[in-house]
Formats: sequence, structure tokens, C-alpha cells
Amino acid sequence: MKSVTGKPSKFDAFVDKLKKESPIHIAKRMDAPKWLPWVVRVSAVIVAIFVCAIVCVGEGGSFGGFFTELFRASFSTGRRVVNLLQEIAILLLIALAVTPAFKMKFWNIGAEGQVLMGALMSVVCIKYLGTYVTNGSMSDGGLIFICLIAAIVGGAGWAVIPAIFKAKWNTNETLFTLMMNYIATGIVAFSIVAWVPAGSFTLGILPQGHLPNVGGYPYIINIIVVAILVVLVWVYLRFSKHGYEISVVGESVNTARYIGVSVPKVIIRTMLLSGMLCGVAGWLLVNGASFSITTETVGGRGFTAILVSWLGQFNPFAMVVVAFLVAFLTKGGSQLASTYNFGGSFPKIMTGIFFFIFIACEFFVNYKLKFNFEHLRKEKNQNECVADDVIDVQAEDDNKNNDATESNMDEEVTD
Amino acid sequence: MEKTVAIELKGITKTFGEVVANKDVNLDVYRGEVLSILGENGSGKTTLMNMIAGIYFPDEGQIFIDGKEVVIKSPKDAFAHKIGMIHQHFKLVDVFSAADNIILGEKAPRFDMRAEVQRVKDEYAEENKRFEEYDESEHPGALAYLQKPKYHSNAQLNLKLMSLPFEEIGRKIKFNWLSRNRVKAVQSIANRFGFQIDLKKKIYDMSVSEKQTVEIIKVLYRGADILILDEPTAVLTPQEIEKLFDVIRNMRDSGKSIIIITHKLNEVMEISDRVAVLRKGEHIATVNTAETNEQELTEMMVGKKVSLNIDRTLPHDVVDRLIVKNLTAVDHEGVKVLNNISFEARSGEILGIAGIAGSGQRQLLEAIAGLYKVNEGEISYIDPFNNNEKVDLRSKTPVQIRELGVRLSFVPEDRLGMGLVGNMDLVDNMMLRSYRKGKSIFLDRKAPKILADKIVEELEVVTPSTHTAVRKLSGGNVQKVLVGREIAASPTVLMAAYPVRGLDINSSYTIYNLLNEQKEKGVAVIFVGEDLDVLIELCDRILVICAGQVTGIVEGRRAIKEQLGLLMTKTDVDENQISIDELTIKQETEQGGEEQ
Repeated sequence: MKSVTGKPSKFDAFVDKLKKESPIHIAKRMDAPKWLPWVVRVSAVIVAIFVCAIVCVGEGGSFGGFFTELFRASFSTGRRVVNLLQEIAILLLIALAVTPAFKMKFWNIGAEGQVLMGALMSVVCIKYLGTYVTNGSMSDGGLIFICLIAAIVGGAGWAVIPAIFKAKWNTNETLFTLMMNYIATGIVAFSIVAWVPAGSFTLGILPQGHLPNVGGYPYIINIIVVAILVVLVWVYLRFSKHGYEISVVGESVNTARYIGVSVPKVIIRTMLLSGMLCGVAGWLLVNGASFSITTETVGGRGFTAILVSWLGQFNPFAMVVVAFLVAFLTKGGSQLASTYNFGGSFPKIMTGIFFFIFIACEFFVNYKLKFNFEHLRKEKNQNECVADDVIDVQAEDDNKNNDATESNMDEEVTD
Repeated sequence: MEKTVAIELKGITKTFGEVVANKDVNLDVYRGEVLSILGENGSGKTTLMNMIAGIYFPDEGQIFIDGKEVVIKSPKDAFAHKIGMIHQHFKLVDVFSAADNIILGEKAPRFDMRAEVQRVKDEYAEENKRFEEYDESEHPGALAYLQKPKYHSNAQLNLKLMSLPFEEIGRKIKFNWLSRNRVKAVQSIANRFGFQIDLKKKIYDMSVSEKQTVEIIKVLYRGADILILDEPTAVLTPQEIEKLFDVIRNMRDSGKSIIIITHKLNEVMEISDRVAVLRKGEHIATVNTAETNEQELTEMMVGKKVSLNIDRTLPHDVVDRLIVKNLTAVDHEGVKVLNNISFEARSGEILGIAGIAGSGQRQLLEAIAGLYKVNEGEISYIDPFNNNEKVDLRSKTPVQIRELGVRLSFVPEDRLGMGLVGNMDLVDNMMLRSYRKGKSIFLDRKAPKILADKIVEELEVVTPSTHTAVRKLSGGNVQKVLVGREIAASPTVLMAAYPVRGLDINSSYTIYNLLNEQKEKGVAVIFVGEDLDVLIELCDRILVICAGQVTGIVEGRRAIKEQLGLLMTKTDVDENQISIDELTIKQETEQGGEEQ
């Protein structure tokens, strides 16, 4: 936009300046106040829920309906609250399981398989020892206990294999644990077909080994077990010598060697612990919830839990909050999907939006954007003070132009 | 000779978050001069230069080159303004030859399509004009016929214009593939400034000094007039430094501006015409080197009077504490990193270890500390608390060494990557070495807390609290925490690898004093250093190693820098030297026995 007089207009000068200096600087936040990250994260959650609401409205729902359904899904009846807590508990337990390994910078993404193996071991016990309960030679509690031991062994065994390979031959644990998931799924599928060779190919509800209901509600024992484990894992990571060794190995293998920590030993020990917790999760899923097993028993929680652990910054109590948000949105999503006929993937869309915005907000936790416009405007104003003959109208025009560029720039950034 | 300003900085300010790296810096650099930027670590020297080299962008301020204001947003812009920077850590491709590295990334001249179109059009129009004005009768003869201008039709012109993109590709191919061999051009630059280098040599075969030469030629080849060298002498031997300075003088005499970032005063005095002193990001003064002295510069740099003397007391009660015999170790590729190393560290003495970086110093200390696998040889410790019994340390883990009652403290080279955990607070770092004590499965944070408080108080560590992550402290304070912890274990052998690297002068002298204190307490101190002046001033004996071999053990009080430099680069080991050392070992052990 050249001015009519042929003289370069202020706008041109402004554009030149923009070309020279980028209008937006990304600077690392140093010494940000402690509350700031939390403000950013809480606003990210709020933004995420509003984006979900907009998606819902766009699909044909109503704004008010979105919020009522969202909260109704989790809080309308006692039963629903317990269901929500159960969902949180399982997700949280798997997140707790992967946390020690992650603190050690051992990227265990095989929780899915480890939980599944724990669950399978539990089902195997019920399947083959259940008859002893029916004929009275073993108590139901005894069977449940044997299931627990078997599940822990199953989960730990599945987790320790990649750990040994990592410790001995420094294999890549990420790929290894990921591949182990598919093997675990395969073994479960094979077992089901072996047990139910004809018909539906699904294992029905097993009659024995059910964890008892408390106060008329199911899942209560699951919730209590996980609540205890949250505290135990927190204490283990923060106050025990093992936890200290895990942090040192995670921060620097060289430091660990320097102080005489045997890194392979710590890796194997921590993965055993990780696998054991996964086994407990498998046990709770079978004996405390579904009383059966399919390849979808874990249902992707092994991966979601990784995000929960990360976003909780490996702090068990922070993970409780994240797990709550994920479970709450999933439940709300299913409710909305059935109310408005959105289809089965709506809860996934909602959790997807949540994770996307929640993870993206970490950028603003670590960095701040500095806009140069202030600086440029200031300079412009100074120029105006010097040149008295500038007409106010023109200045206003310029301001408009500036604003236009500014908004354009903003758009570019968001793109 | 009237000097012209090559580059001028006006009011340059740069902040990183709350940290002000540079504040309102004004600086002139003339053509044909060597300017030293002097300042302690963290005074903003490198940041300032990085802004000229286009790596950072100043928050405020202007840069003028030849009197014109310029904006340098990237290293590419810097090159366009003929500014080249040689970084401390070289950026070369190992498997390429020197020449390939130098021409790497060089771009074919830009093919400006519009200009080319205009050029072809003008050419054709010119030719057509000449054709019209051409009078055949004026130019008789066969030769003239050949020179006769031709007429170009519009179709011919369009054809030519349409072929221009192909010409562009052709030129690119020619530049990138057909005439890749620009060794001659590079060689001529090397000759002009007196570089001695084999351009066909691969980088992985080169010494540090040769690599640096390649970096400098690279910058010159790109046509730089203003060269910035970041700590160029840090990794060189005295002889190599001399060579580098000769080259720098040559470049200066041919009119280039050279900026050297350094904190070594003697080099400043030797090479530079002017010195700009920075302190805490601010430009204190620029002085002519001829009109100043080291003491004055130090005062400007530190901001107060400092004494640059290390008082070295005569060692007393000298007994062998650690005896290393014929130590050999190989790295994972099977190359001998330690080759037949023998020496003894004595109580009440500081044994310096000198050598070019990467000559096996790290492996030697790690082998003693039980962190590096030893293939041959002996490491034995004479235990003063157990009737001077010999303890074999070879192939023991650090935990085993401690369980044997050996009080071996080790300040590793990599402070935050090995000695400390950056993300942990002071208290947690205090217990790195001692957390195992006791049978409880839980940690005891009380004793480390007391220790942390004590170290903070006694060594004057500047930290907001003992619960601050160590990585947030400055280099000097980090080192104080580490050395403090290692000394708190009341060692009998204290090994320190490059303990003052990256530290400011005051912190450095604090560390020297701590080492001296330990020596007076009867600790056998092993000090790996890089600054030969300090080694000569501080150590009682200096062990020189080169490529994993001991090339000499020199008496600290009689050592000469040049002699050390020669030993550091010696390739074949002098047999006599070794035998003399072995004799002295025998004598010393005998003496030691008598004293007891």
C-alpha cells in the first residue's frame, strides 16, 4: 500500500520494520512464579471443555445440554459416582505402574500388555482352580489371593523381559515393550479360542473369584486398593533409597555409576515393580470388574496411563487429578453420545481435544511470547510527537492498518 | 595510519528471562586490529559476539558495519556482512576432508530470473541495433564477415528466454558437481595467511589445532573480514598457540579485524592491540594493550583488587599414598587410552596432571575410582589407618572401594553430568555418596541437610536455599558444592579433574586454596588441569601424559611452560624418563618405610 504522494507512508515503514524484526519472540520463562503453571493448566482444562462444548453444539447438541449431560454422566447417582471412581482407579493404577520406570527414563509403553498378562494369569487361575471352590476344598478368598499372586507374577514377568534386554544389551526399550503388547494380545486371543473353541468365541463371566461388593456397590475394594497404592508409590519414590536411586539413574547414568549404583540392577528392579503394579491392575480388572477377559479388557488404558503419568509430572497425587479429568470426560462423552446419537467415537474425540490442549499448554508453561508491536508503536508515537503536522485522522488510519496486520500475524502464529 | 571503524555496537542489550547477559554495550572494532574481549565466565562475552554472528538477536541496540546500520538475524546475514565466528566447539564433518569441509554449504550464485531475462533482452536488442547500423562496405574481408552482427527474430528471443530455466539448472549442476574441486582456491587462502595444513586430510585424522585451522580457513574462504574467535587457545599447547598467534598477526596485517574472546590475561597482553573488558554484562572499558598491565585488567574484570598468587607450601610428611603401576586400559574400540602408566601420589603433595584434552586424563582418574575397566597393571592404596597395609584397588567398584575403608574423593570433570544431579536440590546432592548408610529402607535427609548448610556457610555458596536445584546455581557455586561434598568425606586421596573450568577468578582461587588446605592436612591431591601456568604455580610435581602415555614427571617448582608443552605433544616415550621415575618410586617407598 503505497501512499498517493509517492513518499513512503508510515505503514510502509512499519512493514519494513516487520520484515527486519520478527514481530513475535519466543522466550524461555525463567523464574516464573509457582502459581503460573497451574493457572495455565487450569485454563487449558477450561478451554478444552469449552472446545468440546463447541464441537457438541456443532454436531447438533445444545450448549446447556452439553454441561448438564457432562455432569449427569458422573454425578447424578451413587452408582455413577462409583463407576467414575472405578474408571479413575484403574487408569491411575496403571499410571502409577509406569511412573517409576519413567522417572528412570525407561520408556515403558508396554503397560497394556503387562496388565493384560496379569489379567490372563488371574483368569487362568480361576479357570483351573475354580472347581476347587465349587466343591468346597478351597475358599473363594483363597482363590482370589492365588489370583493376585499369579497376576503379579504375570505382569512382572512380562515387564522384566525388556528390562533384562535393556540392562544386558542396551536394546531399545520403547520398541521392545511396544511389541510385547501385541504378543500379549495374541496370547489372550489364543487362550480364549482354546477355552471357547466354538460359538461366540467369548469367555463368559466366570462364576468364582469375585471381589465382594461393599455397601451394595461394586468396585469399592478396587478403589480402596488403588488409594492405598497411590500413597505407597508416593512414599516409595520420595522417601526410599530405591526411589532416590531411580531418580539418580533417570537424571544421569554417569552419576549413578560414579556413586556406585548398579544401573542394570536398578533397571530390572524398577521394571519388576512396574510390572507387579500392572499385574495388580490386571487382577482388579478381572476379579473386581469384568470377571472375564477379552483382548480389549485393558482397552487402551495402558497408553492413556502414560499420558496421565506425564501430565501428572510423575507425582502420584497430581496424577489423581489428571486421571479424574480423563475419566470424567470419557464418561461424559459416552453419555452425550447416547443422548444426542453422536456415535461411539465421541468420548475419544473429547479426550483427544482435552489431551491436545492440555499438552499444548505446556508450551506456555515453559515459554512466553513477546510481541514487538508495543515497541514498534512506541517508536511510532515518538515519531508523531516530533512531526507535528501529522493529521490525526491519518494516524487513526495507520492504527487501523496496524491492527489489521497484528490480527493477521496472530492468525499466522496459530496456524 | 588512519583507522576505520569496521563494526560498531551501540547500546546493545540482551536478556534471557530475568538474567541480563549484556547491558547497554557500546563497542568499536577497527579494521586491521586485534581486539580482545576480556571478561570472566558469565560476563557476557560470548553472548555479545553471538549477536554479531547472528546466533542471538539483541533485545535493544544497533549494529553498524562500515557506518551503516545492519540487522543480523541469522548466521547467514552475518556472512553477508562478512562476519565469521569460530566457535569453541568445532562444527566439522568428521568423515570429510578439510577442503570438503571448507566448501561445504557454499551456494551457487543466485540465479536472478528477472535480471537474466532483462540481460538477454538487452543483449539481443543491442545486437539487432548493431545489425541495423552495420555497413558492410566499411568492413571488407572474410574475417569481418565472421564478426558481422546477426539479426535475432522475436521467435529466437523467446526460444532463448524459454531455455533460461534450463540454463539455471545447468549452472547449478556445474557448480555443485562438475567444478567441485575448489581446493586450489582454498589452498591459495591458506598460503596467503601462512596456514600449514594438508587440505586432503580427513577431519578424524586431525589434531584439535588442525581442526581449528580448518575452521579459520573456512571462515576466510567465505570472505569474512571480521573474524571472531571464541576462546581459541583453550585446547592448544603453547607451541600451537604461538603458531595461531602468527596467523592472527598475518590476518591483522592484511586488514582484517579479529576479535578474540578470552579470559587469559597473558594472551591478551601478547596478541591484542586493544582490550575491551566486560563485567557482568556491562562494558567496563576499552584500553590499548600497550598502556595497561595484567593487574589493572584483572581489577577491571573482577571489579576489585585480587591477589593472583597461590601460596605453595613445602610438602611435609610425604608418604606414598596411591601407587599406580603399568596401568593399561582400552576403550570400546580396542584403542589403548591408557598405556603403561606408572606414578605414585603422595600424601601432603599436589600431583598435577598435564596433557592435551583427551589424552587419557579422564580415563586415568576413572580407572582409579573404579569406574573404568583396567586391562593390565596395578592400583594400590597405602592405608594410613591400617598399619600402612597395601590395598589393591584394581577392578573394584566404587562401592567396594569405599567398603575397603579407602577414603578416595573424586571431583569429576563433568560436574552436573557425573558429580552432581542438576535437577536435585543441594540436600539430595549431598547424600549422593552417603545415602546407603544405615539399614533403613528410607532416606535420612537430616545429616545431608546439616552438611549442605555447613558447605553453604563455609564456602560462601550463593543460593536462595539448600532446596534449590543445583543446576540453577552458577558454575562456581556448583563447583563449590561438589568440592565441598568431596572434602567433607575427609579424604586421604582427593582427585579433581579440571576443577576450575568455567569458573571466575575468585571462585578459581577459592578452589586452589581448598586444594592447598587439603594438601596441608596430609591428603594426596591429584589435580588435572589445563592452564599450564596454574599447574606450575600450584603443583609440587607435574605428570605429563600424551596419548595415554606418561611422557614425563616434572618437579613443579622447576617446571617451564615450554618444556611441558613439548612433553604434551611428544609421541615416543623417552625410556630414560621412565627408568628414572621407577628409581624414584623405589627410593620414595624406602624412605616412606623408614619414616614409619
